[in-house]
Amino acid sequence: MNPQDALATALAVTDSDTGHRELLQSVVEAARGVFGARAASIIGLDPGTEELVFEAVSGEGEDFLVGNRFPAARGIAGWVLVSAEPVIVDDLAQNPVFDRDIAESTRYVPDALMAAPLLHGDRVLGVLEVLDRDVRRQSALRDLDWLGLFAAQAAAALATVQRARSARQVLHGEGSAELTEVVALVQAFTALPAERRDAGRRLLQALTEALAARP
Amino acid sequence: MTTPHWKSPGGEPLTWRLTDLGDAPLTLDSRWPSPELPPQPLATATGTGAGVRVCVVDSGVVPDHPQVGRLDGSFAVRTGPDGQQVVEPDEIGDTCGHGTACAGIIRSLAPDCELVSLRVLGSGLSGTGEALLAGLRWAVEQRFDVINMSLSTTKRDFVLRLHQLADSAYFAGSLLVASAHNLRVESFPWRFSSVISVGSHDLPDPLHLLYNPVPPVEFFARGVEVPVAWLEGGTRRCTGNSFATPHVAGLCARILGNHPGLTPFQVKSLLHLTSANVRRAP
Repeated sequence: MNPQDALATALAVTDSDTGHRELLQSVVEAARGVFGARAASIIGLDPGTEELVFEAVSGEGEDFLVGNRFPAARGIAGWVLVSAEPVIVDDLAQNPVFDRDIAESTRYVPDALMAAPLLHGDRVLGVLEVLDRDVRRQSALRDLDWLGLFAAQAAAALATVQRARSARQVLHGEGSAELTEVVALVQAFTALPAERRDAGRRLLQALTEALAARP
Repeated sequence: MTTPHWKSPGGEPLTWRLTDLGDAPLTLDSRWPSPELPPQPLATATGTGAGVRVCVVDSGVVPDHPQVGRLDGSFAVRTGPDGQQVVEPDEIGDTCGHGTACAGIIRSLAPDCELVSLRVLGSGLSGTGEALLAGLRWAVEQRFDVINMSLSTTKRDFVLRLHQLADSAYFAGSLLVASAHNLRVESFPWRFSSVISVGSHDLPDPLHLLYNPVPPVEFFARGVEVPVAWLEGGTRRCTGNSFATPHVAGLCARILGNHPGLTPFQVKSLLHLTSANVRRAP
């Protein structure tokens, strides 16, 4: 593959979300399986709107929940988000309040919930939730440890996905004006027909030298 | 309850030299926590925490929950018009249930303590570190006997100021009881030696305390499937260090109710001596 084609491929890969959904989905599938749970979700924080967004769901709600939003500052997920601490809460269904409007919007009201923050450095990217784990399997302390391990995986995956989204925004002209112009230049170069590639490369080299030259 | 001179508002300044002691007695009784008791009493086994002021720094506390009872004050940290964090009386209560859960645990162990809520979370997603810092500063200035903090921050920008506050609390006689992070994450203030840091064991005994011979987490208390108070008079069973911490805060209130005037160093020593895994050599 010549450098120009490699560059075009890199742009195409950046512009695609192939693999990202599978990456997030694999984490929630594994978490749900290990805990023997009814559902597991990666819920990302949209800091612009202060909402939580379902990014990946396994089990209850997986057909319709991805993309759904709810206010980030509420309930147990909100607590996990602001405290950056995991928690296990049982006996939810027996009690009058459990963010029931949120729970019912997901068409499933659990009896037990585990939630852990998705920590990336000192930022919290979102929350990993596991609903109705099989309590016969392990101790709650061990569950908390395992939840933390899955949350670390989910955080790394979500950070990767978010970086890729930012790159796609740039490709689509939604980034800063400077970046948009540079991307447009790269896209124009990769689109050049074969007979104009050498000329294009010389033009880029001249441009690079001109930009690097001291006034 | 007798208030030690160094805990009264505007009390004595810290001493740097022996000559700074003035009229304060230099000789102390070795038969502590009190002359009437043997050296290692089960100071935590009984007691009501009467006369002990406890502050719950958290998401707020629901007033008049059956398991929480009377609140002696409810405050919140808010951002003032100039951007500064200010502490004001709070009418909102609890935003998620977590603070109410902690308050109920403390009440169960120290039913006669004075309980005050300081809400530092629940007013939005940003600035939580600043709110936590401002809230802790207020609690230390108010000279609470026990400050329960089932919270921490991972932001290193706050470490120095938190450390100074934790040391101020320690020398002012306020016990800062802080949750260790549940994940293997370095956060603060629980890492500081001037606080009492708490993790979880999984026994259902609220009085069962374990001393960790390999700190920084110093004590383990009941933190698994703990029955707790929640919003709207409800209850939950919760797991996490957040719920172990108020067990230790409640035990501290018992100790101080039984033996007013003990320093944080002495209370921590007493917790160590009364831990289930600390035994007299045969």
